[in-house]
Amino acid sequence: MEFFERFAIPHPSPAIYASMVAIALVSIGIVAGLTYFKKWGYLWREWLTTVDHKKIGIMYLVSALLMLFRGGADAIMMRAQLATPEAKLLDAQHYNEIFTTHGVVMIIFMAMPFIFAFMNLIVPLQIGARDVAFPRLNALSFWLFFAGAMLFNISFVIGGSPDAGWTSYFPLAGNDFSESVGTNYYMLAIQISGIGSLMTGINMCTTILKMRAPGMTLMKMPMFTWSAFIANVIIVFAFPVLTVALIMGTTDRLFATNFFTTSNGGMDMLWANFFWIWGHPEVYILILPAFGLYSEIISTFSRRNLYGYSSMVWSMVLISLLSFLVWTHHFFTMGQGALTNSIFSITTMAIAVPTGVKIFNWLFTMWKGKIRFTVPMLYSVGFIPLFTIGGVTGVMLAMSAADYQYHNTMFLVAHFHNTIIPGVVFAMLAGLTYYWPKFFGFMLNEKIGKVTFWLLTVGFVLAFFPMYLTGLDGQARRMYTYSEATGFGPLNMLSFIGAALMAIGFVTIVYNVYYSFKNSSRDIGSDPWDARSLEWATHTPVPEYNFARTPQISSSETFWDSKKNGHVLFKGEIEEIHMPNNSGVPFVMGMIFLVAGFSFIFALWIPAVIALIGIFVCMAMRSFEKDHGRHISVKEIKETEEQLGGAK
Amino acid sequence: MKELFPAKQVMGFVASLVLTAVALLVYFTDMTFTVGMTILLATAFIQAFLQIVVFMHAGESKDGKAIYANILYALIIALVSVFGTLLILLWDM
Repeated sequence: MEFFERFAIPHPSPAIYASMVAIALVSIGIVAGLTYFKKWGYLWREWLTTVDHKKIGIMYLVSALLMLFRGGADAIMMRAQLATPEAKLLDAQHYNEIFTTHGVVMIIFMAMPFIFAFMNLIVPLQIGARDVAFPRLNALSFWLFFAGAMLFNISFVIGGSPDAGWTSYFPLAGNDFSESVGTNYYMLAIQISGIGSLMTGINMCTTILKMRAPGMTLMKMPMFTWSAFIANVIIVFAFPVLTVALIMGTTDRLFATNFFTTSNGGMDMLWANFFWIWGHPEVYILILPAFGLYSEIISTFSRRNLYGYSSMVWSMVLISLLSFLVWTHHFFTMGQGALTNSIFSITTMAIAVPTGVKIFNWLFTMWKGKIRFTVPMLYSVGFIPLFTIGGVTGVMLAMSAADYQYHNTMFLVAHFHNTIIPGVVFAMLAGLTYYWPKFFGFMLNEKIGKVTFWLLTVGFVLAFFPMYLTGLDGQARRMYTYSEATGFGPLNMLSFIGAALMAIGFVTIVYNVYYSFKNSSRDIGSDPWDARSLEWATHTPVPEYNFARTPQISSSETFWDSKKNGHVLFKGEIEEIHMPNNSGVPFVMGMIFLVAGFSFIFALWIPAVIALIGIFVCMAMRSFEKDHGRHISVKEIKETEEQLGGAK
Repeated sequence: MKELFPAKQVMGFVASLVLTAVALLVYFTDMTFTVGMTILLATAFIQAFLQIVVFMHAGESKDGKAIYANILYALIIALVSVFGTLLILLWDM
């Protein structure tokens, strides 16, 4: 029995026992359902072993939506606890665990897979490629992300959740102050999914640099591809820092090294420094693809080409460089001198300039355009003013002298939610609605979509704008309660009402998918929005080889040119297509990583070593494997094209 | 005969041996910490540059420019991270 005691929750409550039962029931339900409907083979052949970028993209999408609800449940619990003074819904320990997992889940396991979903779905189509450069590596990236996400999500039923904040600052995250295995979960789950992200970064950079269709110079790439490229460059340069910092943190916790301890020459502040060298670029990894999606959507629904294409590109390049020069603004109050703080204040404010350029470019794109207020466009139009408010409060926070007043208060919490929700979440929902017909063959209902938009927008404003006020009045973040005398009660109640509206908004998305699946027309053609860039030039649903013939590129809006200006997109005969084979190895490797991570978390060395050997065996097998892919014959392509309604 | 002889690579090989020998001197001779670190840093960077240019053929393919831009970008970010960290945690703490 003693062996099993380590898996017990150090701080149990009825809610956690209920979750254990729920998780067990859902798992049994899934297994029983798959067996009953005889879907195991289908699952293995079509999804678990796939290397198709579109299917991997859909798996990222589903995971991201699931994690959105997991992180959202955390959020609503926090707001409920803070809705009234001295509430007893959660105790301090649970509150700590919940704000920690909310942050990690939303950034690493919701926003990251969401952007990877769109990169996977859209980038190869926008550049006219058949798949990404390394399809099997792409599958491995997904399964590593998936393993990391699962590992992180079982923490609250096995061994206890991390509770040191999503930033996990040392010495709090060290063994002295975080005794449970929670922070081990943090270190290893993020490590595993981070390796996956790094691989995606390399993969996407190679794809975009090497696999563009003939005629597509760099300055003729669609804007989403540009934003994906820049984001992946940042990934390649920023994630190694996180990898190293996490390894150092892991060895501190598991092997008693002294990188971040306060004794024996360790330096706890070094963790904060490393974390934000990665952490600030990470913000731009998330926001740049979101900007790319907005650029596509605003241009399509204004029926105009994107204003200031080259200034859009250069502002992103500048942002990518500046994103590495500002990290200290996350810890202005840590004790470094005024000189350092001033330098980083100035670089931080400088980022507002290229971002402002982009905002004005979107406004000028809409200027005198024929605007259609569809759901994706509503999100984009709502994004501009809301995000600008977030940006302005960001400049306020960038002033290091004033930051001594704002730091560690709800003002900061309001600021970063104000940029991430209208910036990233709205973009993902806009992109979801915009690209839904391309990948699922039917449109999402516009009426329900508009209800969702308004619920989310009103809910967002009610939930987060009061925090600016309570923050300036001194309400600290990460405090699980406050006294009635502070007077924070009414505004926090307002926040809770806003959060509840947002929760209803997210539920309407699920209802929308269900409703549209049942009622929407399947006869929508391949270009339902009258769009402009190349991803809309192929069939809906997209055949596995994407384009039967390689498209010829004329500009960043080749598809629009072919519709309006007589550009011939597809020339020549259909030829045989070379495609990669499916493989089960990435999935198996992901699962071995899961076992390895779990074993390290609980310091079970024998299974840990066996799992590590398993990983190397998988890699060695790949080196000796001869897999030249397969060819789709001309006859087969022609049949598929006929089925989808005529050759393209 | 002249076209067939890989003069550049042979020179590179000799140069990398010399650089390694110079770096080894730091261990075998008695010098101050500052001098030793300076020699090590200098030889390490020259060595890395030599390897990339001569033996990994940077700049020989048609995306040579992109490779150098990439290296320069990496170098800038590495230097900013290192010196930024030193500034924050040591020089201005």
